[in-house]
Amino acid sequence: MTHKKLASELIDALGKSIWFVVLLFPFMVMKATVVSGVAVIRFRWENLPGIAIASFVLSFVWSRALEWNEHRGDTADTDTPMRRVQDVVVSALAHKPIRWTAVSVLLLAMAIYPLALGMYHTNIMITALIYVILALGLNIVVGLGGLLNLGYAAFFAVGAYTYGLLWKYAGPVFAAASINTGWLFWIALPLAGILAVIFGILLSLPVLRLRGDYLAIITLAFGEIVRMVLQNSGPVTGGATGISLIPRPWFFGIRLPPRQAATYIYYIVVVLVIMTIFVVRRIEDSRVGRALEAMREDEIACEAMGIDLVRNKLSTFALGAFWAGIAGVVLASQTTYINPDSFTLWESIMVLMAIVIGGTGSIPGAIGGALLLKLLPEYFRPLAQYRILIYGVAMIIVIIFKPDGLFPRKRKVYTFVDKTASGATTEVGK
Amino acid sequence: MSDAMAPILDIQDLSMVFGGLRAIDHVSMHIKNGEICALIGPNGAGKTTIFNCITGVYMPTEGSVSIQHAEKPREQIQGLKPNIINQKGLARTFQNIRLFGKMTVLENVMIGRHNSLKAGIFKAIIRDKATREEEQRLIDESHEILKKMKLEMFINETARNLPYGAQRRLEIARALATDPFLLLLDEPVAGMNPHETKELEETINLIRDREKVSILLIEHDMSLVMNVSERIYVLDYGRMIAEGTPMEIKSNPEVIKAYLGE
Repeated sequence: MTHKKLASELIDALGKSIWFVVLLFPFMVMKATVVSGVAVIRFRWENLPGIAIASFVLSFVWSRALEWNEHRGDTADTDTPMRRVQDVVVSALAHKPIRWTAVSVLLLAMAIYPLALGMYHTNIMITALIYVILALGLNIVVGLGGLLNLGYAAFFAVGAYTYGLLWKYAGPVFAAASINTGWLFWIALPLAGILAVIFGILLSLPVLRLRGDYLAIITLAFGEIVRMVLQNSGPVTGGATGISLIPRPWFFGIRLPPRQAATYIYYIVVVLVIMTIFVVRRIEDSRVGRALEAMREDEIACEAMGIDLVRNKLSTFALGAFWAGIAGVVLASQTTYINPDSFTLWESIMVLMAIVIGGTGSIPGAIGGALLLKLLPEYFRPLAQYRILIYGVAMIIVIIFKPDGLFPRKRKVYTFVDKTASGATTEVGK
Repeated sequence: MSDAMAPILDIQDLSMVFGGLRAIDHVSMHIKNGEICALIGPNGAGKTTIFNCITGVYMPTEGSVSIQHAEKPREQIQGLKPNIINQKGLARTFQNIRLFGKMTVLENVMIGRHNSLKAGIFKAIIRDKATREEEQRLIDESHEILKKMKLEMFINETARNLPYGAQRRLEIARALATDPFLLLLDEPVAGMNPHETKELEETINLIRDREKVSILLIEHDMSLVMNVSERIYVLDYGRMIAEGTPMEIKSNPEVIKAYLGE
């Protein structure tokens, strides 16, 4: 970098820092206080150098970072430390024994997690894993199907309320017939999935012809409508107060104390997450999944290739909604209390954010994004009031520096052995 | 193919009106089995609009489009949805390349073969033996198609990273993958250099001769049009002004007027 360029960048940063000083002056320097009934403005000049230096340094670093980002594709990055680590890990995982060891270590760690860390951490992990299921489900709609859905929390609500209402109305019947109400959870689980699918199809019917912004707005409205309906049908759903004392799933007729119940729900949700990953992976790498992706890439070409868009969109929404319904039941059983405020637009946006930060269309991305977004705030409680700010900054940084997300999808690689010798054989690597 | 003279695609009196604009004005044309036909005309003449009417992107205002192939009775296809028309054996490419950019080359072709498979969501999840075999067959068939189009070296490449000429060929490969009897090519050599154009000319002939697929192409590159096509239709301001062999078209005064003005 030449001296001239450096100088011009420093001057640029200086300009920005002056601008920031002016911009922040009323907030950071001036302070109005009331002294014996008279408003007095106090000037805290000692804050000024801090703002100036911080904004100067940050804007210089930012412009260097943008510059680096622009040129980083110029040279092949075969020799960066990150790349070397990645290569080692990838080639190690290609060996079956190592891969299976890694998977079993991971499973073991997940299995002993609640036993080793206690109820507080278990509950945090359950919430995070519920978000993993949600993110994986929304990933089908947004990541594969390319249909921006801002009303995803509605399906979550459908699932939670399926369990809540089932308990509220079928619970007494079960109790009267002296059947354990703990069974309701297991009835609610598939039922919620099915109901969410029905709602998904209902939503997708009016939006079949929409895309992009219009679709986002309609789904946003749908999410709010569902929440409003739940809030305003007091006699049925309990209105804004919601439904409380929802039973936790019972373990073969034994009513577990809260701690054991949390552990039990933890295991249930782990199994559900594994199931979700399994199913979503299979769908992604199948005829159906490819059709969804083709629709995301280009609807007109997709239709010209003989793919039925209507059916495709219906199945996208249905598949996505199913997992939200399942996650809703788990949420209701974990918190034992649901009300419409748990299913606001903010929830939908959180899940969407998890996907974008993790990597749209990528399964590791959805998992990683959801875990990051849910676990980090829990363990950085002191920063809680800056949470939204940090999310915003994180989003901007990810979108600029890693537009494919933190854990982008690796496309399946097909290798063909020349068929003259062995017949057409394909080796499939991921 | 009992009646070699019966057209496989027959367009009668087709009109397409957008608001006050008559983009296509009572156009009739037909394509016979095994033919390579070209549709030419100045910019804005309505060529792509005809394609869109044939393939179901637009619903024509008036007129009929019918197909007849392989001993099946003649059927009207105007107003059907694009995916249905594709399943009936008409495949197309696009003037502005419309590949599935983030998917690999092989996957693009696999999408083309979507309807040659059955597996639904449940089969995809269970992945039983039949589904796995079907998937394997799909991969092999797609590989074969890519070989024919000389794209096998790009198999795992992301489609949008392909060189321009290869993207055009991939679009044709993808269209061929849907097993059409008629291929509609919208400016297949636009933006290609003379060498690539020559190659594509051979490919077009090969597709017709080996795959037995008839071809209708829109093209501005006159050398290609004159070399490959057996019959040419000329469109101007939405009206069909001439039809004939390349020789006839070259000397047709109406055509010269349309292209060069008076």
